[in-house]
Amino acid sequence: MTADLGLPGLRSGVELVPTHDEPQTGKEYTSDQEVRWCPGCGDYAVLKAVQNFLPDLGLRRENIVFISGIGCSSRFPYYLDTYGMHSIHGRAPTMATGIATARADLSVWVVTGDGDALSIGGNHLIHALRRNVNMTILLFNNRIYGLTKGQYSPTSETGKVTKSTPMGSVDFPFNPVSLALGAEASFVARTIDSDRKHLTAVLSAAAAHRGTSLVEIYQNCPIFNDGAFDAIKNPDTKADAIIPLVHGQQIRFGALGEDGRGTRALSRDRSTGGVKTVEVSDVDDADILVHDAHSPDPSTAFAISRLTDSGYLNQSPIGIFRQVERPTYDDQARAQIATAQDAATGDPTTRLAGLINAGDTWTVI
Amino acid sequence: MKQESRHEVTQPTKQVKQLDRVIIRFAGDSGDGMQLTGDRFTQESAVFGNDLVTLPNFPAEIRAPQGTLPGVSSFQVHFADHDILTAGDAPDVLVAMNPAALRANLGDLPKGATIIVDTHDFTARNLTKAGYSANPLDGDDLAEFAVHPVDLTGMTVEAVKEFGLSRKDAARAKNMFALGLLSWMYGRPTESTNAFLTKRFAKVPDIRDANLRAFKSGWNFGETTETFIVRYEIKPAPMPAGTYRNITGNLALSYGLIAGGVQSGLPVFLGSYPITPASDILHELSKHKSFGVTTFQAEDEIAGVGAAIGAAFAGSLGVTTTSGPGLSLKSEAIGLAVMTELPLLVIDVQRGGPSTGLPTKTEQADLLHAMFGRNGEAPVPIIAPQSPGDCFDAALEATRIAITYRTPVILLSDGYLANGSEPWRIPDVADLPTINPDFATDRNHGEGDEAEFWPYSRDAETLARPWAIPGTPGLEHRIGGLEKGDGHGNISYDPANHDFMVRTRQAKVDRIADSLPPLAVDDPSGDAKVLVLGWGSTYGPIGAGVRRVRKAGYKVAQAHLRHLNPFPHDLGDILKRYDKVLVPEMNLGQLSLLLRGKYLVDVVGYNEVRGLPLKAAVLADVIGGLVADAEGIEVDLTPATTAVEGEHA
Repeated sequence: MTADLGLPGLRSGVELVPTHDEPQTGKEYTSDQEVRWCPGCGDYAVLKAVQNFLPDLGLRRENIVFISGIGCSSRFPYYLDTYGMHSIHGRAPTMATGIATARADLSVWVVTGDGDALSIGGNHLIHALRRNVNMTILLFNNRIYGLTKGQYSPTSETGKVTKSTPMGSVDFPFNPVSLALGAEASFVARTIDSDRKHLTAVLSAAAAHRGTSLVEIYQNCPIFNDGAFDAIKNPDTKADAIIPLVHGQQIRFGALGEDGRGTRALSRDRSTGGVKTVEVSDVDDADILVHDAHSPDPSTAFAISRLTDSGYLNQSPIGIFRQVERPTYDDQARAQIATAQDAATGDPTTRLAGLINAGDTWTVI
Repeated sequence: MKQESRHEVTQPTKQVKQLDRVIIRFAGDSGDGMQLTGDRFTQESAVFGNDLVTLPNFPAEIRAPQGTLPGVSSFQVHFADHDILTAGDAPDVLVAMNPAALRANLGDLPKGATIIVDTHDFTARNLTKAGYSANPLDGDDLAEFAVHPVDLTGMTVEAVKEFGLSRKDAARAKNMFALGLLSWMYGRPTESTNAFLTKRFAKVPDIRDANLRAFKSGWNFGETTETFIVRYEIKPAPMPAGTYRNITGNLALSYGLIAGGVQSGLPVFLGSYPITPASDILHELSKHKSFGVTTFQAEDEIAGVGAAIGAAFAGSLGVTTTSGPGLSLKSEAIGLAVMTELPLLVIDVQRGGPSTGLPTKTEQADLLHAMFGRNGEAPVPIIAPQSPGDCFDAALEATRIAITYRTPVILLSDGYLANGSEPWRIPDVADLPTINPDFATDRNHGEGDEAEFWPYSRDAETLARPWAIPGTPGLEHRIGGLEKGDGHGNISYDPANHDFMVRTRQAKVDRIADSLPPLAVDDPSGDAKVLVLGWGSTYGPIGAGVRRVRKAGYKVAQAHLRHLNPFPHDLGDILKRYDKVLVPEMNLGQLSLLLRGKYLVDVVGYNEVRGLPLKAAVLADVIGGLVADAEGIEVDLTPATTAVEGEHA
């Protein structure tokens, strides 16, 4: 038996969060705690971007909550002057689910890493995504365990030599975007720690999305995995390494051609049903894939995500893979409660008396 | 005393015999509806006004192979014309729906017990499945019992044939035929069962009518057959004035949690993963959204407690419900709640362990887990209900402690309390305690523009920290699992601070004892030398055992702990007042270990882990032995156990 749950008809992820009339500054969002990441850590850039982006949301600062798990990135909440909880390893999505379900008036953010979200907390991540709880998950992916000093992570490339894998890792890595799409995520994006502009644009879209937004952020660990993302950061190689995804535009990359656009592109691969890279000069313009992040069918987004290198990263699609509307768990849970409360009469105390006195009772005088 | 329901008129051809108490066990295949049958008989007895205690006992398998011993499900009900405390040690009457049910339960029957068997299922095939080489109804094997072979199934099928059901569907009403027969035999009022069947099968009129007919036919069969010439009368029990209902522990606990929400003004948030025998609390609470109760069925046990902690941070009454294996999984998160000092209720409906253990059987072996089962020094208050109805009060008390002291609280129920039932005097809501969440609204450190919010400032009396929930301007703060600096709550690795904070968290839990009433000790003569101390669901058997000993003329004191951590302040003094302290538990001596460690008292344990409640007669013998030792006298309990069946107050 299934029930018609109805659609809450809400659009923005922050629609029910109280706003702040006065302009805010990044400084207001900066706590008094000393930031203690290693010099050169990619986390600094993300923190700065978030501190400067949050004022743009125009929300009341006390209605913003950051929850993290365990790992280098999970120290993040300590450095933001909002409400926050540094929880336990892998479980941040569970705490955030409770907060977001209990309170419609909060903007809820999860900060996690590749080990926290994909290894010990993998189960919670996929279930948060399928439920579509209204929260934004920032997944800092440095493809290594930093806080425990350099073991391979579930996103490390096969063959990686680390302290725990002196002969090379024999694990095959997760592709976080593919995983999220397979877990029914309604918003999936990938961005880069060092590209402030792109990062901020993605954060903005993620916050505006009502439901669980997963943002994978490539983040360099200068101590244990330095250079993991050099190919997409190096000015000489990044044009070929980054496949930019912009909704409604042809997916083109590589060296610029005469039209000022990339000379390489994505096209459907009819032999596999997937997507392949082609030279623009080799295909008809109509065969170049136009990115549709809003497609109800995630197959093409998944196919694009497969173009991410699983070994050393020489190629990766960057941008918003998928953004579709789907009713959120928390809105629907609250709607059921509201419906039940609307149908009830009398104050809670009277109703409690009614509840415990219901059924077969007898009276002894 | 006045009862709303009355007996049916007794037929003149039948004898009526007065009894003060009866124990009936309904047993059959897990698909035979024995739990429902027992539950209906219980409701009828409750409405009639008997005191009663029930013991459901069913396999972990939903449908074990039909007709086999592992598939036997049973429901025992003990009802009396006086105040009783247990579901009874041994059934006076066994209703066995097949050979396996007979074989599985025969060993529990005392000589002279009545056995009613459904002969229909005593086929060669079923006898073999149950391990019988010959039909026990034919030989002398059952000579010491009063056996009534009745073709319950055949008569049921015959009685309902006008409804045109398949033979299989018709036969399924046999449990109602049996219920009708037993209802006649013990003069039970039938209105509540008729109303129940009418409602339950409202959408399938054929099935409804067949069940109603089978129930009535069972009654009529009793009245007309010559097989049963005696019916029994068990008068209503005198009980304190009030309105009563029959209630199971899980239902009372659910109501207690709802009451905790109402009395604190907080929305209840339950994060839970289904697990036997706790799932019924999830089911029940999910029905009460009108009280603002949110139920979140999580992806696993950890997510259940995690979401509850998140909801608590956001200002809800966070609750998670589980059983032993789930408590293991939640350990780390409970440690986080200890460190972040957030109110949280952890309900552990204990079952047989370790590991998956005995999912549908009862045990009390999670006490030390609740006490110590976390990394680091992580004290958690522990409380335990003592009877099904008491689960309501225990849930409210757990709520009080969690909110007042900003701490996770573990409530240890068990499978016997969860599924067992008793008449419950419904409390007046006006008498329930109010619980003030006392959310922080203002900065609490420094003055004027310099004022800050310190999340780890403490209340001088309770040592509780402020509960500042998101949405409160000016109180933005971060908490987490890393050690906190005293007061300001920022991360601190300072050795002296850690030592101070560890001691402070312990002191906060210890101070809960300041809010507890003195431990009630039942010592009628005031000079007993033996004290029996228990906790949790052993209250009934201990109380019944103590009564037997007293009835035989000996002195014994009894006390029962609601609070296992911290203990009441006067417990140490009480223990030292007695020469011998007996601690019966359904574990290998966990409370005993805590008492010996804390008070250096050489308590004597009585320990059983059979997945079943302790037996009053066994406890009476153990107590008698200790009384003999302590007082240097001979103790003979024989008169008490035979003449009075022990339980008269």
